[in-house]
Amino acid sequence: MNPVATPFFFYLLSGTMLIGGILVITRKNAVHSALALIAALLAQAGIYLMLYAPFVAGVQIILYAGGIMVLFLFVIMLVNLERAQKERQFNKQWVVGLAAAAALGGLFIAVYTKGKAMFPDRAMPSGLEGQNTQKVGELLYGQYMFAFEIASLLLLVAIIGAVVMAKKRI
Amino acid sequence: MHEFIQYVQSYLDSKLTPGAAGNVFWATIYILLVFVGLSVAVIAMNWLERKILAHMQVRLGPMRVGPHGLLQPIADALKLLLKEDIIPAEADGLVFWIAPFIVVLAAFTVFVVVPFGPTHAITDMNIGILFMLGVSSLSVLGIVMAGWASNSHYPLIGALRSSAQMVSYEVAMGLAVVSAILMTSLHGAGLYGAGVASAGDSGTLSMIGIVQAQQEQGVWFVFKFFPLGLVAFFIFAIAMVAETNRAPFDLPEAESELTAGFHTEYSGFRWSLFFLAEYSAMIAVSSIAVTLWLGGWLRPFPNLLHGSVWDLVFNLFPGITFLFLAAMCFYNTARMPKHPYFKIQTMGLAGFGALLGLIGLVMFVPAVFVRVQDIYWFAIKVAAFMYLYIWYRGTFPRYRFDQLMKVGWKILLPLGLGLLILTALMGMRAELWHWAASL
Repeated sequence: MNPVATPFFFYLLSGTMLIGGILVITRKNAVHSALALIAALLAQAGIYLMLYAPFVAGVQIILYAGGIMVLFLFVIMLVNLERAQKERQFNKQWVVGLAAAAALGGLFIAVYTKGKAMFPDRAMPSGLEGQNTQKVGELLYGQYMFAFEIASLLLLVAIIGAVVMAKKRI
Repeated sequence: MHEFIQYVQSYLDSKLTPGAAGNVFWATIYILLVFVGLSVAVIAMNWLERKILAHMQVRLGPMRVGPHGLLQPIADALKLLLKEDIIPAEADGLVFWIAPFIVVLAAFTVFVVVPFGPTHAITDMNIGILFMLGVSSLSVLGIVMAGWASNSHYPLIGALRSSAQMVSYEVAMGLAVVSAILMTSLHGAGLYGAGVASAGDSGTLSMIGIVQAQQEQGVWFVFKFFPLGLVAFFIFAIAMVAETNRAPFDLPEAESELTAGFHTEYSGFRWSLFFLAEYSAMIAVSSIAVTLWLGGWLRPFPNLLHGSVWDLVFNLFPGITFLFLAAMCFYNTARMPKHPYFKIQTMGLAGFGALLGLIGLVMFVPAVFVRVQDIYWFAIKVAAFMYLYIWYRGTFPRYRFDQLMKVGWKILLPLGLGLLILTALMGMRAELWHWAASL
């Protein structure tokens, strides 16, 4: 079977992601921004599939595109969009923004130039994607059990905190 | 030409799905077949829903277009295609235009992994069930977009309700699905069979793998760890009605309060796309339920009624079903009014009956019934769910929104969580017993 991870799909998906990302920050209408973000997230799921990580791709679609973004849209639709349209889109903190962008760019360049040791030097053997889900499960519930449980506990605390703050009388 | 024929034939011996075999020709054929079959099913559902609802309310339902209104869906479709396509002046054009396509795409794409038989699926993914849940959860985006882009009050309220409802019920639905997936990893046979056969053996997320796990364990997951599987099935059966915005959870399109909810401003072809998506989403979630709990393509009573004689009897069911439908047609042909005005309708009904009878007779050919019987059992189980949908609509009054949220968050979610823990405990009880004894 021919591999589907061809350069064509990589450029298509990453191009979609880049355009989506630019649209997210340049659209004035918040709903349009959210829709562009959804397109970018779906393209990202496609990139995960190309990297032979189907489980991560599926979770990306369910959680981000199907769950979180729906809640985003839910909140945006409750906001008064007409007033938001008249407000200034960009604030004047470009110095901080430039510093953050430079730091991120520097990190990318460092990984690109010195990162050879960080990654395996050849392509992953094919056929492993069939066990992707099992491998993720074994790692999460074996080696990283503690970190996983701490993360879920933190999320639980955040949920309970939100409920307590939103409701005066429980 | 010879190479092409070889390419086509090479798939027939492979015993794989076209996707797994990497055969583009057969994959295209399967996609077309699923598309056509789905469209026919939606048309049939349209007619059946109106007819069955009418009979439940002691009415006749559509009777004018064709015998017993059989051609009514086609007339409706033509009417919708010819209607003017209205886009409100204040609407957000692009989003309004895209929304119905997203809903339809999401509703149809999930059928890529639906297993109609061990080899009768377009493809088999190792994240099959995850893919189905993920893609079907994208349809809510289309609904929210439609409601918002209409720039009108009723659609916006409908879209808000829809997004809150779908996100709430997805949680309970996911928990029920996880407990069924957990059962695939417990390889013990029988009703209370538990335990992992060997360390390397794990569960599966693939739709075909889930049905094969039920076959291997000799029990449908709805009966496994009775009553745990049954409760999980009930949670899913409730959540799936809410996910598809159907009565009694049809608040996003509650016609008595919101006109038509999120698609109030849509007309003509675009509205028919929403209609198509709603019905194919119903079929999609029903096929998830059938695959996960009701043994997918497996025939009923494989343990109780086994042996070659029973196999043959169950193999004859597809033919008998079609002959029964044909007999119904002929019975009603005989009951048609004997007036020249009804002459064409009587002939049409008799012709339809003859067509059904012919299909039924073809189903008795051994080469045919061996190949179609798994599709038949899958379809008949999904059809039972579709009847349930109509039955719910005819029976239950609509929930209020706070009641809907209460059912989702305060009943189904804790029930699902408890169920998941209980299923895990039941599955590992031998190991737990062992561990407790060693203390």
